[in-house]
Amino acid sequence: MIEIDVTKRIKTATGEVDMHAVVDIEKGGFCSLFGKSGAGKTTILRLLAGLTNPDDGVIRIDGKIVFDKKNGINIPVNKRKCGFVFQDYALFPNMTVKQNLEYASTDKKNVDTLIEMVGMTELKDRKPATLSGGQKQRVALARALAAEPEILLLDEPFAALDADMRFTLQNELKEIHSTLGITTILVSHDKGEVFKLANKVYMINDGVITSHGTPEEVFTDTTVSGKFKFTGRVLKIEKSDCLFILTVAVESEISTVVATRTEAENITVGDRVLLYTKAFNPSVQKI
Amino acid sequence: MELLSPLILTFELAAVTTLLLSFFAIPMAYWLSTVSFRGKSILESITSMPIVLPPSVLGFYLLVFMGPHGPLGSILQKFDIRLVFTFEGLVIGSMIYSLPFMLQPVQAGFEALPMSLREASYTLGKSRFQTFFRVLLPNIKPSLITGIVLSFAHTVGEFGVVLMIGGSIPDKTRVASIAIYDQVEALNYGTAHFYSAVLFVLAFAVLLTVNTVNKRIGGKVI
Repeated sequence: MIEIDVTKRIKTATGEVDMHAVVDIEKGGFCSLFGKSGAGKTTILRLLAGLTNPDDGVIRIDGKIVFDKKNGINIPVNKRKCGFVFQDYALFPNMTVKQNLEYASTDKKNVDTLIEMVGMTELKDRKPATLSGGQKQRVALARALAAEPEILLLDEPFAALDADMRFTLQNELKEIHSTLGITTILVSHDKGEVFKLANKVYMINDGVITSHGTPEEVFTDTTVSGKFKFTGRVLKIEKSDCLFILTVAVESEISTVVATRTEAENITVGDRVLLYTKAFNPSVQKI
Repeated sequence: MELLSPLILTFELAAVTTLLLSFFAIPMAYWLSTVSFRGKSILESITSMPIVLPPSVLGFYLLVFMGPHGPLGSILQKFDIRLVFTFEGLVIGSMIYSLPFMLQPVQAGFEALPMSLREASYTLGKSRFQTFFRVLLPNIKPSLITGIVLSFAHTVGEFGVVLMIGGSIPDKTRVASIAIYDQVEALNYGTAHFYSAVLFVLAFAVLLTVNTVNKRIGGKVI
């Protein structure tokens, strides 16, 4: 269980604000911090890891206080056991893939397993400069895990990758999370990604947490799609009596649609689909 | 042996100066790259002074400062330590004179490293010490080589400072650059030629080696 209740003065797009962040994350959960860039998402991640100090407040990890302004407690970053995957990956250029993991690892025996888990066995003796973005991302994730952290913090890890690579790595991350069960916090500005991976999301706007809950609760209600024909990616398929309910990500919007059994038969999670409707009864709303 | 003595002394001085400077200037460069405080630019200006000051000005003030009646010299006198006209004095003078040549490339090297490298190492549970020696230093190798070579070469080439605080005592403070001056004054062009040619060839060889090595690491030095 992670309990954050802190304030921090941050610079946002609209000027300086005192961000008051109250975030609770259950142990083993997958939580996402969602919002525009400069909203303060990364700051919350850094506050938790100890890379930035809050102006006031308390942070607890599994009941243990890691930061308490009033009592002058501030556990240093290297003692907090928060694995951090940086947006620019931050792989050490002087070390090979394997050496990067060995440097981080608490137990050298895990290194080969982790390298295999992220599919980098063939490239383990390469230096980071010779790897592609997706490969670097895999190494960064494996390296963070090598230190056996209690919490995994991911700062927009897939932002710099193309859509297909992002999709593949999201699946891998989901798998790793369900295998290891490590509490994970993901900073993202991609609704599809949040919907796919997280079971809890905090929406942050200009330093203020505006809503939180499951991705369905936070996103679905606010989504009004104005298009009659568009393509999307299937995130979830639920059976409801004789029908199927598909949750589809279209660009950055999430929609739920009903599908018949014949329609749903050939569709699996991750497929690209075309959504279309004949405009018999379009609803019009002034915006 | 008497002929070679100034050359040996020169390289001894350059080696000792560079070694001591590394211990002192590399941590200082790291510190300067991580902090910002009021007066930082004043401190940076002071440490850069040897680049613009005529060496004789620096040498003159060091002579006054370290001399038997100077602020430092008079204190050291009580412990029977003398810095002017000694090899130790030359080392101290050379360290001050060559400080910016070590400090600036190394500081620039640290500043060019992404902040996330250091932070990543900390989040992996590593101490500042481990991070410094295993992540930061190995990744600024070209800057380190530049700093070390420039300090060494600059010390070999100094004249004004060593003349002021060292004088020209054979086997103690008479380095090659001063020996050349003395020999020319004594119209011994042959010996002056010998010293000059050795310095000339060595300077070229050092730069060539460093540039070749660094091209392999990546990035040109000088």
